[in-house]
Amino acid sequence: MNKKLYIYGAISVLLAVAPFFLNAYWVDVLNMIGIYAILALSLNLIVGHAGLFNLGHAAFYAVGAYTAAILNTKFGIPILWLLPASALAAGLFALIIARPIIHLRGDYLCIATIGAGEIVRIALINDIFGITGGPNGIFGIARPVVFDFVIRRPHEFYYFIWLFVAVTIFFFRRLENSRFGRALNYLREDEVAAEGSGINTTHYKLGCFVLGAAWAGMAGDIFAAKMTIIAPESFNFWESVVMFAIVILGGSGSIPGVLLGSFLFVGLPEMFRDFADARMMIFGLAMIIMMIFRTQGILPPTPRTYPVEITEKARVHG
Amino acid sequence: MEDFFQQLTNGLTIGSIYALVALGYTMVYGVLKLINFAHGDLFTIGAYLGLTLLTSMGLSDRLGPFLGIIVLVLMVMGLLAILGALLDRAAYRPLRESPRLSAVVSALGASIFLQNTVMLIYGARSQAYPADIIPMTALDIFGLYIPVARILVLVVSFILMAALYLYIQKTRVGTAIRAAAIDQGAARLMGIDVNRVILYVFLIGPALGGVAGVMVGLLYGQIQFTMGWAFGLKAFTAAILGGIGNIPGAMVGGILLGIIEALGAQYISIAWKDAIAFGVLILILIVRPTGLLGERVADKI
Repeated sequence: MNKKLYIYGAISVLLAVAPFFLNAYWVDVLNMIGIYAILALSLNLIVGHAGLFNLGHAAFYAVGAYTAAILNTKFGIPILWLLPASALAAGLFALIIARPIIHLRGDYLCIATIGAGEIVRIALINDIFGITGGPNGIFGIARPVVFDFVIRRPHEFYYFIWLFVAVTIFFFRRLENSRFGRALNYLREDEVAAEGSGINTTHYKLGCFVLGAAWAGMAGDIFAAKMTIIAPESFNFWESVVMFAIVILGGSGSIPGVLLGSFLFVGLPEMFRDFADARMMIFGLAMIIMMIFRTQGILPPTPRTYPVEITEKARVHG
Repeated sequence: MEDFFQQLTNGLTIGSIYALVALGYTMVYGVLKLINFAHGDLFTIGAYLGLTLLTSMGLSDRLGPFLGIIVLVLMVMGLLAILGALLDRAAYRPLRESPRLSAVVSALGASIFLQNTVMLIYGARSQAYPADIIPMTALDIFGLYIPVARILVLVVSFILMAALYLYIQKTRVGTAIRAAAIDQGAARLMGIDVNRVILYVFLIGPALGGVAGVMVGLLYGQIQFTMGWAFGLKAFTAAILGGIGNIPGAMVGGILLGIIEALGAQYISIAWKDAIAFGVLILILIVRPTGLLGERVADKI
């Protein structure tokens, strides 16, 4: 246990000082890794803990990003104040979308979420309600401001994004060990047994969908603030696939696994820019090979352990 | 009224192509309970192989347009059947005993792999089918404008569907496929080699999907490496619409979806055409997950 703590401590220190040794380009790569880490951690709640196959997570990300962008450009509300608005919009949207399809099992749910994600993308391209800017998207989103300090350069964003990653890790870590997290794990392992033990499965499934979506919505807000331009193509099906692959291949249900997955799937392709065209091909191949040889992912979660107090009597009786 | 019938024929044509692709999804789902996400990309590969064979071998110059296309279709079918069997061997067979969802992830991986392999070989830009293969004339039937290519697509797809239907209903292998789709365990006890059935399914499905790819190339003249995914998702919608695992259902579902889409494009909005198809998908999953012709599988949803 202590060894793990040292490793995490060392990684945290390394991440904290990284911008001092890297140029703007690599800091920006780390920023993208951070945003994907937030997204993948939020998807991990749905896919990893509850075992619900969601291949439309980019839709919630998009709703968050567009909510922030529209409210910021139309009404001039500071982008950081819109974090709760993005979360609320994405969460509500998830509630509306997920309510009728939540009872579908496995691959059917997967297909329904793909369909929902595509409908969102098409709606954005078609300039729904006349506010999404069509295929060009929305530009001129304001930079985030913290106490008169404008976050503008990559290394400034770096601390902002990774602070949010830290908050995300803390939040999901707490959630994992809560009653809610355990209920999700139970219904993933055996839905019928979970229902038999008094867990309202629909309620918990919806809860995790809404929570995961709300968190992805906040990632959307951060993405909009970072890019200052958003367009429907940033939220297409392959974005959902990348998030999904990070969770499954990193180790579904495991926070360190998902973080490692974000580094591998967003960071590695940047290191091998020469193979940029082939990266998705290798990505697909890796998915097949991983499923055959290591279904549980690179860093699967360790089973829950509870300290058991061994009394003198128990030791004697063996 | 003329618009209505014009859109009806458009829908019928595109719907028959959806039906051909949907057959591949539904047959694999019937036997393996697996959504073969890579099927849409096999359809793309069919379109690209067709293009390569057309341009490099000059089939239509040597054999005349109609015989040339028949030879082309047969060659693409053969190649795609081999590819389908290879795909099963590499990506799905090692996962037969694993949880179903691992196979789904493997299928997604296979889809990404195939799509990007096509992009690396042929390039990311869309490619044009030679325009001079099928006479560009259009027939005027009762005031409706129907190009020859469209009639050819309809005829070929209906012949293939009828052939498949007879094959499934009348032959021993067809009976074995139906049996394995109903209950794999029981089929095995009756002496059916289920692995062989799966092989047949992966030979027939991709072959039909490949033909559909060639037909899209001939009909629209343009193919793109990403087209398999949207087309595949719609074909899958068609399969669910007709009742997944049900072979006549896939045919009915495909044609119905094509018509819904064409009429939706005409009377609602062309920009929302794809959204209409995906809306149908979600609606059918909510209202009647067993599809129009499906009666079993209630417990699997």
